[in-house]
Amino acid sequence: MSDFKRIIAKRKRQDFVFNVVGIVCTLVGILTLGALLADLLMDGLTRLNWTFLTSFPSRFAERAGILSSWVGTLLIMVVTAFAAVPLGVAAGIYLEEYARKNWLTNIIEINIANLAGVPSIIYGLMALGLLVYQFRLGQSVLTGGLTLAFLILPIVIVATREALRTIPQGIREAAYALGSTKWQVVRHHLLPYSLGGTMTGIIIALSRAIGETAPLITIGALTFIAFLPPPPFESQPPFVSFDWLWSPFSVLPIQMFNWVSRPDQDFVVNAAGAGLVLIVVTLALNAVAILIRYRVRKRIKW
Amino acid sequence: MKEIPILQHPVAAAADQGISAPPTAGPSATKRLSRLKERFIEALLFLAAFSSVAITAGIVGTLLYESSSFFASVSLKEFLTGTLWTPLFASPRFGIMPLVAGTLVTTGVALVVALPIGTVVAIYLSEFAPASVREIIKPALELLSAVPTVVYGYFALQFMSPLLQKLLPGLPTFNMLSAGVVMGIMIIPYVSSLSEDAMRAVPMSLREGAYAMGANRIITALKVVYPAALSGIVASYILAISRAIGETMIVAIAAGMQPNLTFDPREPAATITAFIVQVSLGDLPHGSVGYQSIFAAGVTLFIMTLIFNILGYILRKRFREVY
Amino acid sequence: MNASVEMGIVRLAKMTMRDEFARTQVNQEVLDSAESQPSGSRQIKAEVEGLNFFYGKLQALKNINMVFGANQVTAIIGPSGCGKSTLLRCFNRIHDLYPETRYEGKIILQPSGINLIGPETDPLEMRMRMSMVFQKPNAFPKSVFENVAFGLRLRGINGQELKDHVEQSLRSAALWDEVKDRLRASAYTLSGGQQQRLCIARALATEPEMLLFDEPTSALDPIATSKIENLIFDLKRDVTVVIVTHNMQQAARVSDFTAFMYLGELIEVAPTKEMFENPAIKLTEEYITGHFG
Ligand SMILES: Nc1ncnc2c1ncn2[C@@H]1O[C@H](COP(=O)(O)OP(=O)(O)OP(=O)(O)O)[C@@H](O)[C@H]1O
Ligand SMILES: [Mg+2]
Repeated sequence: MSDFKRIIAKRKRQDFVFNVVGIVCTLVGILTLGALLADLLMDGLTRLNWTFLTSFPSRFAERAGILSSWVGTLLIMVVTAFAAVPLGVAAGIYLEEYARKNWLTNIIEINIANLAGVPSIIYGLMALGLLVYQFRLGQSVLTGGLTLAFLILPIVIVATREALRTIPQGIREAAYALGSTKWQVVRHHLLPYSLGGTMTGIIIALSRAIGETAPLITIGALTFIAFLPPPPFESQPPFVSFDWLWSPFSVLPIQMFNWVSRPDQDFVVNAAGAGLVLIVVTLALNAVAILIRYRVRKRIKW
Repeated sequence: MKEIPILQHPVAAAADQGISAPPTAGPSATKRLSRLKERFIEALLFLAAFSSVAITAGIVGTLLYESSSFFASVSLKEFLTGTLWTPLFASPRFGIMPLVAGTLVTTGVALVVALPIGTVVAIYLSEFAPASVREIIKPALELLSAVPTVVYGYFALQFMSPLLQKLLPGLPTFNMLSAGVVMGIMIIPYVSSLSEDAMRAVPMSLREGAYAMGANRIITALKVVYPAALSGIVASYILAISRAIGETMIVAIAAGMQPNLTFDPREPAATITAFIVQVSLGDLPHGSVGYQSIFAAGVTLFIMTLIFNILGYILRKRFREVY
Repeated sequence: MNASVEMGIVRLAKMTMRDEFARTQVNQEVLDSAESQPSGSRQIKAEVEGLNFFYGKLQALKNINMVFGANQVTAIIGPSGCGKSTLLRCFNRIHDLYPETRYEGKIILQPSGINLIGPETDPLEMRMRMSMVFQKPNAFPKSVFENVAFGLRLRGINGQELKDHVEQSLRSAALWDEVKDRLRASAYTLSGGQQQRLCIARALATEPEMLLFDEPTSALDPIATSKIENLIFDLKRDVTVVIVTHNMQQAARVSDFTAFMYLGELIEVAPTKEMFENPAIKLTEEYITGHFG
């Protein structure tokens, strides 16, 4: 019996030790995130002001700003969203609701799983060879947006499928019983009910795209650009213009990369400023995604 | 905020949208028309799904096409066994070994950080932490992988490198160690989240069996839950490896850009990805051998990650079939 | 059948529902009256007193009072959801793994007199002293040998002693001949019935004070079932056995005592023969004869 007591005491000690180790390891991640934010804040907060946001890059660190790069990021994201969201959602709907189990579906599924694991820079090489030189789209906003759209397509597809999968079969049956066609069921029931889950996935995918640097460098995005793409709206008819699609561009992460690799410490401060903007935007997007997921989970009880 | 349609009662929604409204025109004509429309929509959706295959075809085709002209002028033997990589020199040498070594070293350092920590975190979250703690910590950790990698590059160069220089005097500013360590921290959530999912998928009955024998938490976790979830856990390791191999910005910023055939993580060295970035930053004429060399490097990278991706896919499949 | 025994059963059944005092006495009396063993030799292994159990707000056990005789097989029967598993799982404190579960009352373990579910009692210790066999085989993802060795290693047993214990347990579980050449093979290569016997061997190996079986044969074919029933019958020489079962014949075949539960309450407990031949309470009779509800 005393033997039992001794063994039990030992086991409890083991559990206690692991508990501490587990908490420490978890803290490594959390604290790094904290250190990273603190580091950026300390270095970059002084640079964050209106002129920084509204100035073009410059040879002089204290005059340089991120205007052209945040505008570039914004335009790229518009293209990416317009390409990836319809394509990804449609693909997700097909695979979840329409696809029969056959070899073709199987290939598509394996292919998507594999695409998700392809390094982002490979997408850049593909876009360089195919979009820039074969399709002659140039080193433009359009090319950049499409490249990132390809990159996040698997994420959007998977998120759409998972959101559709949470809808119970009974809903589909009820809608069919009312005489709906398949597309009507999808359009009027499945899409609206899965909106929350799909939105979460799309936002996370876009936040991933915002931070992507390597594929855009590969296709030849500029690191120094002192003009803005032509505006999408004009004063004369037809009032809208798509010339901006063909414009060269830079984006925030490339601007940051450019500054951080300079030996001059003043530019490093600019890099921290750009990094702050970048991280605030991505964390905000992720927070929105988490919030939507949380609300959907809380309010829908099938 | 307006009610999202998702929250509507399904039957009420159906009634709202008049789905059950009977067709008014000639029944057979409308029926044929609507069947045609359904077919058309299905075809469109299929095309969307198939576009992912087209993207893969585009990737493989471009890599093969562009690198084939490279391999026309450089022998495969030189490429795979050469120890010098100087494609932009006047007398260029094309041995990929230095870049592969850089990739392997940074990946290795990252794994030394990410696998143990990620596994411990997974075990802690799945077997030790109360549900409320898990609900908060898991998404918080996942934010780690949401931070843009260029920001991590900054962090590696401006924070981790000076920190490590204090511990290891003589460490150069650009080195594979700082880049690898930061990369490792970045991929912790890949390991911890997926491993935790795998461990939580282990049926409670196995844990009950272990506890009923008098086992404590850690023994149950290590001797019963971990082996039961092994294929899922290994799949998460493989995903981490593939992520580390393909990671670009951290190494491009913090590990240095010079090809350097070394296995010492304290030295600077370029990885395959860093090399591609470096060349792309310059202005290389389309069709030059320098231009082609980034595709040759890309093929190497693609094959390395493909092997791990396929392995991970097989393991995940297997792991799903266990229970 | 003698009249005083019958009286005893009836009194006991009423006691369990109403009167909590003088119960032990009555139970001792009833214990002694069982026909399967010579009287006067029986002892109590565990006494359940006023046991209530809660899953959150749901009360799954309501004021259970009964005793378990040492070296006896006690069967627990009752319709699905009546709390049989819940009662059994109190004995090794497995409920403690889940949040929001709560015990009230006592389970006194003899001869030590320790209250098994008392807050001062260490669940780990109780689990070291009990063994449980679950409804579905839950062999660990390890070799056959390591499955049986698991509990022994936890108790610090190694080397030759470990090997001997493993072999002996596998023999007792009537599995040795089937697995002696594949001790290193994964437990999952065994058939369902073999896996269940492996789990029994695992449970026997640690020489527990009580063996708890939760529908151990529900996933098995008749041959494997009868092997396990024979095993349980033999086991009581060394340990106290509690078995939850849905199979009336099984209860009749293997047990000395039978307890009938309904909606979280203990309705009747009596020597098995009495219970099946002449149940004291209408509800029990209806359940046993299958005219239920
Ligand atoms: N984990 C749990 N959480 C909440 N309620 C539970 C839980 N487990 C069991 N219950 C409830 O407790 C009651 C008793 O369940 P228990 O599993 O003990 O029944 P049982 O008699 O073993 O039934 P069966 O013969 O079907 O195994 C049931 O009403 C059940 O719904
Ligand atoms: Mg049960």
